[in-house]
Amino acid sequence: MELGEGGHLRVALFITCYNDTLFPETGKAVVRVLERLGHTVEFPAGQTCCGQMHYNTGYQALAAPLLPRFVEQFRESEAVVVPSSSCVAMMRDHYPGMARASGDAKLLAEAEALLPRVWEFSEFLTRRLGLADVGAYYPHRVTYHASCHGLRMLGLGDGPMRLLRAVRGIELVELAGLEQCCGFGGTFAVKNAEVSSAMLAEKVTAVLNTKAEVCTACDNSCLMHVEGALHRQRTGVRTLHLAEILASEEADALDRRQGSNVLVDVLGNVLGKEGA
Amino acid sequence: MAGKADEAPSARAVILARIRGAMGPAIGRAGSPQQSAAAGWHALPRDYRRTAALGPDERLLLLEDRLRDYGAHVERVTAATVPKAIGRRLLERGEPTMLVPAGLPEGLLPRTTTFTEDAGFSATELDRFSGVLTLAAAAIATTGTLVLQNLPGQGRRAATLIPDYHLCIVAADDVMETVPEAMDRLRATAALPTTFISGPSATADIEMTRIQGVHGPRVLDVLVVVAG
Amino acid sequence: MSLGSALDPKTAPTFPMAARTSLGDMLLRKNVRHATEVIQAKRGRVVAEMPDWEALREAGRALRAHTLAHLDVYLEQFERNCTAAGGVVHWARDAEEARRIVVDLVKATGTREAIKIKSMTTEEIQLNPALEAAGVHAYETDLAELILQLGEEQPSHIVVPALHKNRQQVREIFRREMQLPELGETPQDLADAARRFLRDKFLRVRTGVSGANFLIAETGGVVVVESEGNGRMCLTLPETLITVAGIDKVVPRYRDLEVLLQLLPRSATGERMNPYNSIWTGVHAGDGPQSFHVVLLDNARTEVLADEAARETLHCIRCGACQNACPVYRQTGGHAYGSVYAGPIGAILTPQLERMDHAQSLPYASSLCGACYEVCPVKINIPEVLIHLRNKVVRRETAGMGVLTHPEAWAMELAGAIFRSERRFRAAQRLGRMAGRPLESKDGNGERWVGWLPGMLGGWTRVRDLKAMPKESFREWFARRDTNGKAAGDGRQG
Repeated sequence: MELGEGGHLRVALFITCYNDTLFPETGKAVVRVLERLGHTVEFPAGQTCCGQMHYNTGYQALAAPLLPRFVEQFRESEAVVVPSSSCVAMMRDHYPGMARASGDAKLLAEAEALLPRVWEFSEFLTRRLGLADVGAYYPHRVTYHASCHGLRMLGLGDGPMRLLRAVRGIELVELAGLEQCCGFGGTFAVKNAEVSSAMLAEKVTAVLNTKAEVCTACDNSCLMHVEGALHRQRTGVRTLHLAEILASEEADALDRRQGSNVLVDVLGNVLGKEGA
Repeated sequence: MAGKADEAPSARAVILARIRGAMGPAIGRAGSPQQSAAAGWHALPRDYRRTAALGPDERLLLLEDRLRDYGAHVERVTAATVPKAIGRRLLERGEPTMLVPAGLPEGLLPRTTTFTEDAGFSATELDRFSGVLTLAAAAIATTGTLVLQNLPGQGRRAATLIPDYHLCIVAADDVMETVPEAMDRLRATAALPTTFISGPSATADIEMTRIQGVHGPRVLDVLVVVAG
Repeated sequence: MSLGSALDPKTAPTFPMAARTSLGDMLLRKNVRHATEVIQAKRGRVVAEMPDWEALREAGRALRAHTLAHLDVYLEQFERNCTAAGGVVHWARDAEEARRIVVDLVKATGTREAIKIKSMTTEEIQLNPALEAAGVHAYETDLAELILQLGEEQPSHIVVPALHKNRQQVREIFRREMQLPELGETPQDLADAARRFLRDKFLRVRTGVSGANFLIAETGGVVVVESEGNGRMCLTLPETLITVAGIDKVVPRYRDLEVLLQLLPRSATGERMNPYNSIWTGVHAGDGPQSFHVVLLDNARTEVLADEAARETLHCIRCGACQNACPVYRQTGGHAYGSVYAGPIGAILTPQLERMDHAQSLPYASSLCGACYEVCPVKINIPEVLIHLRNKVVRRETAGMGVLTHPEAWAMELAGAIFRSERRFRAAQRLGRMAGRPLESKDGNGERWVGWLPGMLGGWTRVRDLKAMPKESFREWFARRDTNGKAAGDGRQG
């Protein structure tokens, strides 16, 4: 595989608190893709959380100490890759203001120097490395959910779709109402559970209408929410972070066919072809 | 601010003081507040389109297209054929009882129809007219808009409001392509009562279905007059 | 007639409570979804034909910010020029003062009736009940407002206040209130009925009440943008006209309309230009009302102005585009917001107009998806203001009390402490795995899921399952992999 523009990089992974705890497979997939491309992945062990939950819920004071922690962990990194668009949006939109509010000129200077090297995973591939094909193989019917933070705050555009189109064996189906929020919204899902559920119901209907086996996105937060309903309703449709699709190779597909999911895969393929 | 000690400050004084307090000290304001406001206004970004990009014929075509899109009937006529065109339109519209504002050049009017000049009629009297014929101060092609001001031939606002049919004559030279060009031209007479008319009256209040014709004129015909 | 309970943020239930009622009304949701989809599609088409749209938005934003920065200068200039042109300018500190001024002015005319143009500002100050109480009947003349007034309903949208009603519902109201048993149900039938119902009132009533879209400082002129012609009737035919406008409605110069009159119609109704814009300056002999009053309303707008981080709320030109784009509004409609200002703009404007004393649940009525910001013609960063107001709510709620009395604040403090230390974070991850265990059960594929969560988190599991926490965190895996050499544990699915 090619390294992409700029040659070999030492990439520091900011995994994010919830991926670390709840979605370790996503982190493993990011490592696998980056190493397959020839880059070195580092994991600064002192990292915890970007502060988004606190900040967006109104607890800005509790988010504040997480900025110097982030800067300290990553200030030396050549590139910081984050498999979560909402966390990257949090950093880009709020870290400069938080640094200014702290009155710490050094912190502000360091944050401003670091932020241009912070990338959401898919944009790192498409914009920093200039790649579309990262050598993945994933023979499934897949639909892509554009999370609001990726779509609007980061302006990812069709980057994730370009990456997916280059995946061998994949059958991509467009999701209707792509720009509609899924209703997750962090603490919104709990504070306004009923409205969140109503928004989710529309998104789930759109996903089911694609007859996809898998719904993917650049944010496990949205996916956890969508997957929660897909599982509750016993739809059989799974969610998977984009990195995990891009990490898949031909050998994985064979491995999995020997498991218990053969029937699901076969049925999925049949349904997928009918819907195409 | 407050007058005598026993007199409560006026609402005006209180609100202006609140505003000045809210915006904090005038840091960096050079000169008087008025000068500072003027300087700031001149520095405002205006990177949008302010000039025409289309040729004269394209401009008229755009206006006609946009007016038709709202449900107006539009014809292009030459100066010499205006009276005839008016006669045709009125025949088509069932020969309404026509009102005209003062100052409309008589040469425009066909002899075949009676036109009553607005003599400052009451609303109820205006309601007896089923149509009105006016000129326009300007038109805006991009938005399909006619602009009327209280000027000779355009009349007062009520006259183009109560009759159910409005026949409007606009000269090709008065057709601007963009909104900024139109505002530039109207600035000199900005204080006159002004109405922008873009198609017949309409509403979309019920299920977002656009209904043409509510309280204002339900029918709008436009004659665009070109030289020749 | 309009004495029915008005939308009042002081007494309204919290947003989640009110939303529950709206979510249960399937017809309302269908009506709202339909209307917002239609306007959004129309807006999308007419915005797409403007290559300079982003430049216009930026000009609009800068113009509004500039105006607020010099608001005192421009208001005084407006007052001077309006007065010179024969208008009378009044100032009102709050809703009560504004109501009193208007009621007194109407009573001074000696008439017992007034015709009104749709005005959210007069809804905000609850003018109609005050007029009724003073024995003055105010006729709403905008079709949507007429529907609401006759149906004793409340507005649910800034631009299309009756969008929650469909044609059958409107027909029922008109049949009953206009005594038209044979009335048809096409929108044309209904608009015709409104025309007949209001015609004699337009010709007869001698006092008009309006809001304003813009006040022009340079000329003392006032701008009203409308569609039906009811606005022109109210502005032109009465002898006396009273215009109520927030102090935020001023624009510096006539020429500035070239920006706002391009942004507003396309954003509001998806039209290139709405059918009628009226611009008048004071009084004009022989044309329109010969007695003209403007009431400049503060009503906490100066407090919004004083909060630098929220000031841009006052940039709003009331186009309603954010409501149409909002996925939350799309589900609930406007009434759940408990204010005449619903949707994203209402979620930031209402609590501020209430000085943060009421409507504290509104800043949380958003998933922060950013659709509102994207369509805002004057680039109000609504998500940022929402977050800022959430902070204000938290600070108010936790001021002077231990966090233990506030479960959310307590949980946030705890999470904050955990995130401040990598050691504590690891411990919390291990603890979470253990604590979650009793709630987990296996599904048909042998995967562990959580189907029920306690307390506040129960909102999640009402419609969603939650995947059980994996046995190993990413950082544990990475550390193990570093120790064992990269070959030992690869990045494959476990």
